[in-house]
Amino acid sequence: MSESVLNVNEICKDFGGIRALDDVSLNVRSKEIAALIGPNGAGKTTFFNCITGIYTPTSGDVLVNPKDGSERRVNGMKPNHVTELGMARTFQNIRLFPSMTTLENVMIGTHCRTKSGIWGAISRNGKARGEEQAIIEKSYHLLELVGLERYANELACNLPYGKQRRLEIARAMATDPFLLLLDEPAAGMNPQETYDLQELVIKLRNEYGLSILLIEHDMKMVMSISDSVFVLDYGRLIASGTPKEVSENPTVIKAYLGEDEDD
Amino acid sequence: MDEKGAQSTLRFILTAGCDGYADSLKRSVLVALWFMFLTFPIMVIRVDTIENTIDWRWMNLAFVGVGSFVLSFLWRWLLERKELMKGQAARESVVERLLTQASTIPSARLGLLVVVAGIALAFPHMAGMYQTNIMISCLTYIALGLGLNIVVGLAGLLDLGYVAFYAVGAYAYALANMHWGIGFWTILPIGALLGTLFGIMLGFPVLRLRGDYLAIVTLGFGEIIRLVLENWGDVTMGPSGIAGIDRPTFFGIEFGVMDSINYMYYIMLALIVLTIFCVNRLQNSRIGRAWLALREDEIACQAMGIDKTKTKLMAFALGATWAGMAGVVFAAKTTFVNPASFTFWESAIILSVVVIGGMGSIRGVIAGAIILILVPEYLRAFSEFRMLIFGATMVLVMVFRPQGLIRAKRKVYTYDKSTVAGAANE
Amino acid sequence: MEYFLEILFGGLTRGSIYALIALGYTMVYGIIELINFAHGEIYMIGAFTGLIIAGVLGAAGFPAAAIFVLAILGAVLYSAAYGYTIEKIAYKPLRGAQRLSPLISAIGMSIFLQNYVMLAQTSDFLPFPSLIPEFKVPWIGHIISSSELIIVVVTILVCIGLTLFIKFTRLGKAMRATAQNRKMAMLVGINVNTVISATFVVGSSLAAVGGVLIASHIGQINYYIGFIAGIKAFTAAVLGGIGSVPGAMLGALILGQTEAFATGYVSSDYEDVFAFALLVLILIFRPAGIMGKEPVQKV
Repeated sequence: MSESVLNVNEICKDFGGIRALDDVSLNVRSKEIAALIGPNGAGKTTFFNCITGIYTPTSGDVLVNPKDGSERRVNGMKPNHVTELGMARTFQNIRLFPSMTTLENVMIGTHCRTKSGIWGAISRNGKARGEEQAIIEKSYHLLELVGLERYANELACNLPYGKQRRLEIARAMATDPFLLLLDEPAAGMNPQETYDLQELVIKLRNEYGLSILLIEHDMKMVMSISDSVFVLDYGRLIASGTPKEVSENPTVIKAYLGEDEDD
Repeated sequence: MDEKGAQSTLRFILTAGCDGYADSLKRSVLVALWFMFLTFPIMVIRVDTIENTIDWRWMNLAFVGVGSFVLSFLWRWLLERKELMKGQAARESVVERLLTQASTIPSARLGLLVVVAGIALAFPHMAGMYQTNIMISCLTYIALGLGLNIVVGLAGLLDLGYVAFYAVGAYAYALANMHWGIGFWTILPIGALLGTLFGIMLGFPVLRLRGDYLAIVTLGFGEIIRLVLENWGDVTMGPSGIAGIDRPTFFGIEFGVMDSINYMYYIMLALIVLTIFCVNRLQNSRIGRAWLALREDEIACQAMGIDKTKTKLMAFALGATWAGMAGVVFAAKTTFVNPASFTFWESAIILSVVVIGGMGSIRGVIAGAIILILVPEYLRAFSEFRMLIFGATMVLVMVFRPQGLIRAKRKVYTYDKSTVAGAANE
Repeated sequence: MEYFLEILFGGLTRGSIYALIALGYTMVYGIIELINFAHGEIYMIGAFTGLIIAGVLGAAGFPAAAIFVLAILGAVLYSAAYGYTIEKIAYKPLRGAQRLSPLISAIGMSIFLQNYVMLAQTSDFLPFPSLIPEFKVPWIGHIISSSELIIVVVTILVCIGLTLFIKFTRLGKAMRATAQNRKMAMLVGINVNTVISATFVVGSSLAAVGGVLIASHIGQINYYIGFIAGIKAFTAAVLGGIGSVPGAMLGALILGQTEAFATGYVSSDYEDVFAFALLVLILIFRPAGIMGKEPVQKV
């Protein structure tokens, strides 16, 4: 397999006296779909927050390898710099910009790849106009990719739930990431929507050459699309490997089903 | 509407949120009694502890009782209506629909623009000096409102000390003119620049703060500026202020009082046109979108690669720039500045223009300024109730119509399929 | 030395009043995360109610001590009623709205109340009778007046009472639970609406006590006193760590002393500037205050 794009070394995160993440190490290789699973409250979203700069890990290293090959340590970096490096995420509880249109939501994603400032906006010089046109085109393409181009001028808050999740993916794609972090992308979707999402994720990997790390509770989806699976429980990584290995791992089964028969 | 429909509407209005007429009547009576109790000491009794006399104003109690009885029906109805509307997609009000129609049909748009421009240009010649003066102050509030709209409406940063930057501009001109005789046109850009500078200076440390803390810090800063102006007598001439500021000249030509007011009017008008032009372009630009996104969700915004502090600072400084400019024009118009013009009330009025008019909406802010500034001027009888009504309206707008009178509309992007093919081939 | 002590007690008196108002800010903020901008106005209304009651009872020939007690009780009753009503009108319909909406509504309410009192009463300063019983304070009578002493003592008693109330009563416990996690509190059967109303009532009552005491000490009031006092008390609340009850008391003490010493030894022209500057500095350098905790962002 090829080199790793995300390399997390023994990170810990404490909140007051509670250790939410305990020595978690994880490795995502280039063009791989990796899944992070675990029971509720296992620390999955905290893990995402730690590697995207929203939280600073208490200890440990988060290293990423952008396309240019230079390894960068991202813990303590501001979220926007992490995104600039090429890691983009979606949120478990959808965080779109509700009173902006669908297209504008995606356009926001291009912000860190574009430059025009106040003067460009007021003067609308050739450069700013060209850039604006390019932003619109790119965003529209991404909407087509996720199948939302019909809703381009609708307000994001008026979209149905499943479509909002797809819009979040399009918005994240607009930041030109090499690693996409999806936080429960299929939550609240019906089987058909989940299936379409699955296709989309695979398409993103195959056509855009992205590496994808996703948190998901839908085991069917996780088992069918991931190349590797990591299991968190009580903030610890209890297992990792291929979907098959993990699903047969007794510790994992115990974590999910509980230790007692009656649980 | 037929009779039956009208009847059921009336029934809905009268019994909204209650189980029938008897219940709603009972509730309204209770509300009336409660407010009569609540307002009793302050509305009815006025004491003079020196003369030891007491003034009983029983009529007021009756007013409060009847007023709150009627208003309680209205309140319940509005609340119920808001509940019912929650599920539906937002509908446009009549005014908004007319405006949308007028701005989407090109000929209507052009016609409307010509009419508005015509009235605006001819105004000082049709109306007298008194009217023009009022209009200038209304225009000043439009400019200030549009400037604050960048900060509050677009970027969602509640700035309660906006008037401080206005004071910076006004005092910059007053002092430069008094000490060195520098003219209006030289100071106008300098005032703007000073506004920007103060905006950056204040903004840099405080913009990390959460929304409500930011509001208080800006309020504190505004008060500090005013108190300094009041107490630093050696430089600012203290509470008595600076008088005899020069009016602007027209390429070196000075005007008489009458002409110079007209001239002021046109300067202000030009400033507004410039403001509208800039804000309009900004709000649909890369920066403008980033402001909106920041207003909606800071965390998502950062996760999308937007530098929070830098983006906020831009909005804050730009808003301050406009206040600085408006301040210079204000000093030139009144030819007199003193700290009393820059109290928190001034900030509150500008804020209510933006909030009531419609945060983020240029047309809304203009409508807000016209209603809030002109109506009290012409209804002199109500002018003492002005701030009372402003305050109440702010609460009501927030409760029932948070988007303001004329809500902001997002730009509709039309996308040409032919360019898609072109772009795909790149 | 005497001058120093005089300033120290002056600062203590100021701090006491700030504490009485700051507690209302901090309690409300702790529960609904709202800067209740109209809180200063509640304090002002408390002072006005006290004045009106004192005026009416004074004309009826009541004894001074009775007037003092009844004025405070009446002010507490009315301020609490105002606090309750304001919450129902201006904040309750806005639960779950955008964060700025209730704040703007609060500012509107504050403007409304100031003008309401100005129009219904007067825009001039009104003389306020000295209600606090006067006597010679033993031993330290030359540096502290009886009214200062009473203000400090009353404040201490009120603070102790409030602490006990929050710690031990059912309602106090419900308040703490709601402040920590509103959703969980609701799930375990706490009526959150009642708790929020109770918080406004308690906070407003404390402000009313402060209003009557300080007005009687200073000897005059007008409709505008709530604005400055409100901001200063808010400064105190932030200084101590907004949301924290002991923090508000501590913050108020520090602010009172800072102001007293700054005006006593530096310059009295800039009295208000010191408070505002302190506010700006704390918020910039330690927004969590002395006893507050930096909140964890929920994503």
